[in-house]
Formats: sequence, C-alpha cells, structure tokens
Amino acid sequence: MMLASSAEGSPTSEGCTVKVALSVNGTKQEHDVEARVLLVHYLREQCGLTGTNVGCDTSSCGACTVLVDGESVKSCTMLAAQADGCEITTIEGLASADGTLHPMQQAFHELHGLQCGFCTPGMVMAAISLLEEHPSPTEADVRDGLEGNLCRCTGYHNIVAAVLAAAGKS
Amino acid sequence: MIPAAFDLVRAESAEEAVSLLGEHGEDAKLLAGGHSLLPLMKLRLATPSVLVDIGRVRDLSSIREEGDELAVGALTRHRHLETSVVLATHAPVLRHVAGKVGDPQVRHRGTIGGSLAHGDPASDLPAAVLALGGSLVVQGPAGRRTIAATDFFTGFLETALRPDELLVEIRVPKVTGAGWSFQKFNRRAMDWAIVGVVAVHNGTTGVALVNMGATPLRATAVEAAVRGGSSAAEAAELAAEGTEPPGDLNASPEFRQHLARVLVRRALTEAGA
Repeated sequence: MMLASSAEGSPTSEGCTVKVALSVNGTKQEHDVEARVLLVHYLREQCGLTGTNVGCDTSSCGACTVLVDGESVKSCTMLAAQADGCEITTIEGLASADGTLHPMQQAFHELHGLQCGFCTPGMVMAAISLLEEHPSPTEADVRDGLEGNLCRCTGYHNIVAAVLAAAGKS
Repeated sequence: MIPAAFDLVRAESAEEAVSLLGEHGEDAKLLAGGHSLLPLMKLRLATPSVLVDIGRVRDLSSIREEGDELAVGALTRHRHLETSVVLATHAPVLRHVAGKVGDPQVRHRGTIGGSLAHGDPASDLPAAVLALGGSLVVQGPAGRRTIAATDFFTGFLETALRPDELLVEIRVPKVTGAGWSFQKFNRRAMDWAIVGVVAVHNGTTGVALVNMGATPLRATAVEAAVRGGSSAAEAAELAAEGTEPPGDLNASPEFRQHLARVLVRRALTEAGA
C-alpha cells in the first residue's frame, strides 16, 4: 500500500491492522489491512479492481462511487475496515458473465453518456442507486439525484438522458 | 490522501464505546459514518491515535415517538431521516433539512449524531435542532445527561461533550402541523451553505443560522422581535445582530450578514411567523 510522504508528517507508528471479510461483486474477500486504508484503495490495490477511480479525493466529485449494501457511497471517504461484513458492488460487478451489459451501462453506451469517461464508473453506480430509490424519476429528480457526481467535461445532458432511458422514460 | 496511522477498536454497544474512550484517553475519537472525521484525517487536520468504531452499535439508529417528543438515535443516517414517515408527520423540517445535507452518497453514510458532535457552524442539522429547541442526550462513565442544544455548541468544532462521552440521542419536540422553512444559499448543489436559515413557527418561533459564526447559532434577536409582535420584515433586519460570520472565497462577512437578513425574512414568511 502507498504510504504518505514524510513531508505530510510521518506517523509515529504504523497503526494496527484489522481483518476485513466482505463480498466484492459476489466474491468473498478476506484481508488483513492497515486500519487507515480507504475502501477505494483497498478495492483498487488489494482486489485489483481499478474501474473505481480516485478523482478529487475529498468526497466531492463522486468518481469513486461504489455500492455498499446496495447504496451509493464515496469510497474515498470510508475505511476498508468499515466495510467489514458488507456487500460491495463496483463497476466491474455489473455486466453478466457473458459480457451482457447492465441496463444502466447499456443506456450510457447507446446515448453516449460520457465524454472522457473518467466520471463514468461513479456516474453509473450513483445512477443505479438513484433508480433503486426513485424507480420512476423525472428529469429534475435525476439531476438532483446526481448532485454528488461531477463531470468535468460537462457532459451532463447525455448522462441524464441515459439515466432516464434506463428508467424506461426516454 | 491517506490518514496518519491510527489504531482502530470496535465497540458493540454504547457502554463499550464509553469504556474504550476512557481507556484510550483524549487522543481517541469516535467513528460513526466518518463523513466529517475522515476528510479531516485525510488532510491531517485531525490525527487521533485511536478510532473507536461505533458503526456496529445497533440500538442507536431509530426514530421513536416518546410522548410530546421524538427521540432520534445518534447513529441514524441522513437517508433514514429524509425518508422517515414519523418525521414527515411530526417534524418535517428535520426531514427536509436532512435531505439537503451533502449529496445522496454522503446521506447514505453520514449520521445525525456525527453531524452534531462535529459542531461545524456550516452544517445544516445543528441549525434544525437549535430552531426546534431540541436537546442532546450524552452517555458517559457515570450514566446519561441531557444538554440543551443551545448549550451544546461551545466553539469552532467544539461542543459540551467530554472526551469520554458519547452522544446517543437527539430529542426534539413534536411540531405537528407547525410552519417551517429552510433557506440554504449556495452556489453548487452539494456544497455547504454559504448561509442557511432554519425557522420553525409553532406558537413560539425558533430561528437558527448556518455559517454565521464560530458555532451554529440561534438568531435570538429575531426570535425576541417576533415574540414582541414585529413583522417578519422588521424582525429579519435583526438577523445579523451579534454575529461574526467568516469571510472566504464564497462571501465576505458583510455579504453573509446581508444574506442572513434576506434569508431570515424569507424563512419567517414561509414559516408563517
């Protein structure tokens, strides 16, 4: 795991390690991790699932959004230790084994709900959580429900259209 | 950004959390949803040596009716508040304000107790509890005590909580049918309020301000003016009285005081005060 540079103030000790046992995309994972490891780093570095991006790293942009027990969460603001016992779903866990895309992924694909693609995994995960809570949203509901996800290409128009299409409202 | 190293211990009950706080002393911090604490730790503005994880304490995340009051467990998440049927009937202002905190991802993890115990003057929920005239139940080694919300916030990010105490419950009066308003002024959807105002009109009128000083504040001059028969417009002119709001990229102190007067007028009008 990456350690912070000494310029930021070296920790006096390495802190404890904790055992985490959780399900990631349906696969059981068990690791000993340093208590300070963030969920996003755990997913990327221990589980090798690099689809979840680190964007702002300050709980603002939503690029690191994953589902924790079915609800969208910013994985840069949660310790891996807090996910012990939870079911995590990342962007890699959406498509079927035969490669069939999740309806939300398919809608993003068909309506070109992306430009550079960096925010896309987080957008898709947040949108899935949104439809779970609002199965039949209006356009305003979608825009409001994605307030925690930033697209710096400002490609919101097609993203919103894709979420509405996935909800059967295109 | 990665927090400085720390040890993590897990509490299964409020009693165990209090005992672990006592054992580890002032360098220990409680971890609930982590959405106030972890950002500070990532910036190394907070470097606790021990985190006591209370995320598994089961009996602190309910919303109960108790006579004329509502008892909200400290670990109740914002998402639970914003969808609560009990709150919709008896304290819709609290439900609405919870739904304006951060963004959906934040509301899935953040807790009302964490938001109050953090004591951030820019947070929305402390103002709601102040305007409602609520109180906070805290548990320490010697048992529980109740602190009025007006006595809870003592300084910037400082509260009346002692190092070995855990906030367990937030109590607010039922305000069934009361007029209320939440005015949140910001530039981007998920941001903190540049200035916010919560007003509750239920016979008496409670008004609280977000981001207008070192702590969440009650607008006591406004409340007194309304009590004395002033109109909303007259009372709102007193909104900035006694406040020392911060200046930052978003607004100067003078602009914040202007916003407070405008937003209090709107809030009093909407609440029917």
